[in-house]
Amino acid sequence: MLEIKDLSFTVNEDNHQKDIIHNLSLTIENGKFVVITGPNGSGKSTLARLIMGIEKPISGQILFDGTDITELDVTERAKLGISFAFQQPVRFKGIRVKDLLRLAAGKNLSVAAACNYLSEVGLCARDYIDREVNSSLSGGELKRIEIATLLARHTKLSVFDEPEAGIDLWSFQNLIRIFEKMRREIEDSSILLISHQERILEIADEIVVLSGGQITERGTPAEIMPLLIGQSAPVSACQKLQ
Amino acid sequence: MVKLDAIQKRLIEEIADLHSVPSGAYNFRANSQLAGRNTTANIDIVSKPDGSGIDIHIKPGTKNESVHIPVVLSESGIKETVYNDFYIGEDSDVVIVAGCGIDNCGTHDSEHDGIHRFYVGKNAKVRYVEKHYGSGDGKGQRILNPVTECYMEEGSNMEMEMEQIKGVDSTERITRAELAADARLVVKERLMTHGSQNAVSGYQVNLNGAGATADVVSRSVARDDSTQTFNARITGNAPCSGHTECDSIIMDNGHILAIPSLEANNVDAMLVHEAAIGKIAGDQLIKLMTLGLTEQEAEEQIVNGFLR
Repeated sequence: MLEIKDLSFTVNEDNHQKDIIHNLSLTIENGKFVVITGPNGSGKSTLARLIMGIEKPISGQILFDGTDITELDVTERAKLGISFAFQQPVRFKGIRVKDLLRLAAGKNLSVAAACNYLSEVGLCARDYIDREVNSSLSGGELKRIEIATLLARHTKLSVFDEPEAGIDLWSFQNLIRIFEKMRREIEDSSILLISHQERILEIADEIVVLSGGQITERGTPAEIMPLLIGQSAPVSACQKLQ
Repeated sequence: MVKLDAIQKRLIEEIADLHSVPSGAYNFRANSQLAGRNTTANIDIVSKPDGSGIDIHIKPGTKNESVHIPVVLSESGIKETVYNDFYIGEDSDVVIVAGCGIDNCGTHDSEHDGIHRFYVGKNAKVRYVEKHYGSGDGKGQRILNPVTECYMEEGSNMEMEMEQIKGVDSTERITRAELAADARLVVKERLMTHGSQNAVSGYQVNLNGAGATADVVSRSVARDDSTQTFNARITGNAPCSGHTECDSIIMDNGHILAIPSLEANNVDAMLVHEAAIGKIAGDQLIKLMTLGLTEQEAEEQIVNGFLR
């Protein structure tokens, strides 16, 4: 269970402090699939980064399974069972896909096991396992490899920052299947996802709407979706075209 | 028969990945003495009459054979210059593994300057692997100043992998190559310096014949207070193509000077150079830390991958 209590985060902009997250409190129960949505600049990605420890809050507390992790660094949080998929995955010269999956698994993963993770994200394992995670990979390929590293991590809490961006060629159905598989296979695991995508919002146990660094709405898709229709944030690509 | 002590064996493992005597031709040199030699029906190794080095003759058409010529220095205060000439026959396809390991526990400098000349025959294919390694905690410096010269005939192909990852205090390496028509040279250099080490690597590649190609790629990491200079020039004297790339990670108080340069003397010479120096990106460290690695472990993985 993840408990966020009165969390605040500011940045220094033109010599004055700008609130990005303001006194935010949120609890994510075990086994839940929670999607955070909201307009650009509402603080969604910052909240995800605060949970992983990439950013430090100015006040407030974060508890993970009852342990106060507010002062823990990224490595310590990772070891406790939090994983994070970047919105824009990082490239590495020389580090191969299989190296990254091995590091994620934290053990000497067999090639067959590494290949399984790649197959899960719709990549032909044989073509990718020995490739470097460098600029020769497209944004979409990197995104799927990023998701594969989270599968290999197998943690109790997985945080995804806009996992659907850039994977158009792959079906949403597969992405959703991965989330379901993670929930099924890892006992009491929860998934926290940042997304604008209606099809992802629809399958959430709970939707949290963020605006101006604060929670403005939260509830089931049935409760929240009607409120979002007509707003710019949660529209599918097709609707945007219309 | 090869006679080596424990330190020498360890050095050989580092520079040539050898745990036992290799199959094929070899010449082991330890503390300026011949420690073992083997020749084959196709590969002959003879000492130069004046004792300044060895000549390696590879018969035309020799396929899938290898030559190992490791050098180890485990006594402090040795300074030697060795000339090794390789005559690689037409249409042959061979692997040559050289390398030098220095263990200096004493107070005097140890220096090995290997001058390797390759005469690569028509359509011959050579893979050349060279590793340099230093160890020992003495005050004496470990110095390696290799010179590599390649004379490549028509249609010949040479791939060079040069690696110096640890423990060499000072190195000044010079590589020169002359390529005839349709010859192809690929160089992959890996360099890491630490402490107060100094490394200079210079290349002069002349593409003299039509269709000659060269690709010189260096990746390096400069840590602590170490200094590196990379100076690569490709000259196109014919319709040819050349590419040089220097990609470096700078850490701590490192100093890196990259001077890639190109010279074209023919309107159809296509030459490209790239150079980049930068520190390890913060998001790379964070990504690996989200996988449970400490910052130090993350840094190690990034450097190891980069130098692969």
